[in-house]
Amino acid sequence: MIQGKVIKYGDNIDTDVIIPARYLNTSDPAELAKHCMEDLDKSFAARVQPGDIIAAGRNFGCGSSREHAPIALKASGISLVIAETFARIFYRNAINIGLPILECPEASRAVADGDQVRVDLNTGRIENLTSGSIYQAEAFPDFMQDIIGSGGLIDYVRGRMGQR
Amino acid sequence: MGMTMTQKILAAHSGQDRVEPGQLIMADLDLVLGNDITTPVAIREFEKINTKTVFDKRRVAIVPDHFTPNKDIKSAEQCRLIRNFAHHHEIENYFEIGRMGIEHALIPEKGLAVPGDVIIGADSHTCTYGALGAFSTGVGSTDMAAGMASGQCWFKVPEAIRFNLNGKLQPWVSGKDVILHIIGQIGVDGALYKSMEFGGAGLAALTMDDRFTMANMAIEAGAKNGIFEVDDKTLAYVKEHSTREYKVYKADEDAGYVRVVNINLSDIRPTVAFPHLPDNTRTIDEVGEITIDQVVIGSCTNGRIQDLRAAARVLKGKKVHSKVRTIIFPATQKIYLQAMREGLLEIFVEAGAAVSTPTCGPCLGGHMGVLGKGERAVATTNRNFVGRMGHPESEVYLASPAVAAASAVTGRISSPEEVVK
Ligand code: SF4
Repeated sequence: MIQGKVIKYGDNIDTDVIIPARYLNTSDPAELAKHCMEDLDKSFAARVQPGDIIAAGRNFGCGSSREHAPIALKASGISLVIAETFARIFYRNAINIGLPILECPEASRAVADGDQVRVDLNTGRIENLTSGSIYQAEAFPDFMQDIIGSGGLIDYVRGRMGQR
Repeated sequence: MGMTMTQKILAAHSGQDRVEPGQLIMADLDLVLGNDITTPVAIREFEKINTKTVFDKRRVAIVPDHFTPNKDIKSAEQCRLIRNFAHHHEIENYFEIGRMGIEHALIPEKGLAVPGDVIIGADSHTCTYGALGAFSTGVGSTDMAAGMASGQCWFKVPEAIRFNLNGKLQPWVSGKDVILHIIGQIGVDGALYKSMEFGGAGLAALTMDDRFTMANMAIEAGAKNGIFEVDDKTLAYVKEHSTREYKVYKADEDAGYVRVVNINLSDIRPTVAFPHLPDNTRTIDEVGEITIDQVVIGSCTNGRIQDLRAAARVLKGKKVHSKVRTIIFPATQKIYLQAMREGLLEIFVEAGAAVSTPTCGPCLGGHMGVLGKGERAVATTNRNFVGRMGHPESEVYLASPAVAAASAVTGRISSPEEVVK
C-alpha cells in the first residue's frame, strides 16, 4: 500500500526536464535527485517529501532513454507516478528499476496538487483521501508482476540464468 | 489475419510461428548497444548478475559518444569505466575516440545491423536501424545489463501503424522534412507503444540516408520502432557494409494495422518544428521572421554524408551571417574523411563554420555549443524540448540540413530556395 501527497504536472513531461542532460556525467542517485525536475519546477527538490506521488497527463517520460530519470524520481522520494499514458522506454525503465507506475486517465485528470492519495498496487485501486473519489487502474500483467516480484529485472534474470 | 514486419521478426526471435499485438515475449537479441551515459549504469547492474561473461562478445557494442572527447573529469571517469569493462570482457565492438562516431550512424556503417535483426540499445534513437528492415528499439540501462548477460529481452508485441508513401520528393526536401511532417500530423504520442511501418511505391525515391533520418525520429512520435520495407537500395547498402547473414521479412497482405496513413511525398515542403515539441511543425512558407543565434548541423539524425552535401551546396561560396555561430559535426570518422575528400569541410570552414569531431556534444546541450539564456538555434537534431541544448530559456528549431545551412547565411530561419538561386 502506498500513500502520499500529490504533485501534479501536465502532458509530455520529458526526461530532459526530469533530469537535464547536463547532469548526466554522474549516475549517483542522490546527486541526480538534487536536480530532478529543476528546468520545469525549481521548487521540486525543496518541497518533495518521501512518499509523494506524481500525477501527470499524457506521454509522461517521453524523450531520451535515460534510466537516470526514474532513478532521480525514486531517489527524490517519489513512491509512485500516475499518468494518463507513459512513454514506453520510461515505462520499461520504471518497472526494471522498481519505481511503481500506474496508467489511469481518470485519476490523473481528477486529482489535484496537494491531495492525499492511497494506492493498492496489487489491485490497481486508487483512493483520493482528500476528495473521497475512487479510481481503478489496470493492475500489472502476470509477466511484469514476476519481474517486480523478483525485485526488478536484474534479480529476475539472475534467477533465470541460475536455472540454465 | 496476417502479420506485420515487426510481428514476423519478433515471432522468429522468440521461437514461435506467430505472435499477437499485446503479447509479452522473451526474444533473442542480435545486438546489445550502449553509450558513455547509459553503459556505466548498465555495468553496475550487470555486476549484480551471477555471470562472468557477456552472452556474446561480438554482439555487444559500446560507443563513447555523448560527452566525448571527454568534456570534464566526471565524463572521463565514466568513459574509463566503460573502456575497462569493454577490454575486460573483450568486447569486439568497442569504438575508441578517433575511430568512432555517433552510435546510430556508426552501427549501420560498421555492418552491425542487418535486415531481420532484433537489436536493443540503451539509447532512445536505437530505432534508427529500422531503416534496414530490422526490429530495433531503445531501452534503459537495466535492460542493457540483462541483455548483455542473457542475450534476451522482454517485449510487448506492438500494434502497428502503416505509412504508405507515394510520389517523389521536391528539390530541397529530404527525409527530415517527411518525418517532421508526419510527427506534426500524428503528434508526439501519435504512435505511442506502436510500430511505425513505412512502405509503398514512394519508398524507391528515398535514399538510405533519408530512411535513417526517418527511422531515427520514430521515437519522437512515441513509437517503439520504425521499420522500412526492404528493397534493392537496402540490400545494396547491406552488401557494401556487412558480411553478416540477413533475413528479409515482408508484411502479409492482410496484416492488421490500427491505422493506415497515406503520405504523398510530392506535397511535402521543407518543414520546421518550433519549440518545444517535435510535433509543433510549420512549413517553411509559414515560418515568418525568426532570427537565430546558432546553427547546428549533424547528429545521429542528420550527420551523414548526404546531409553534409546538402549543407555544402547551400554554403558554397557564401558566408555565415555575422551574428550567427555555425557548428557542423559529421556523425562518424568515415563520414568526416569522406567530407574532407569531397571538399565539403573546406566549403564549411571558408563560409565561417566550426567543424567538429564526431560527438553528440551540442545535440543534448552537453558541450561544443551549449546555448545561453534566450538564445535560439536551428538544429538538424531530433529534439527541441525545454533546455535540450542549454539554458532552460533557450529555444531549438528542428529542420533539415538545407534549411539549417540557409538560415546560417541569412541569420533567420530561411528556405534554401532563397539562398541558392
Ligand atoms: S546525436 Fe543527439 S539524439 Fe543522437 S544519440 Fe547523440 S545525443 Fe542522442
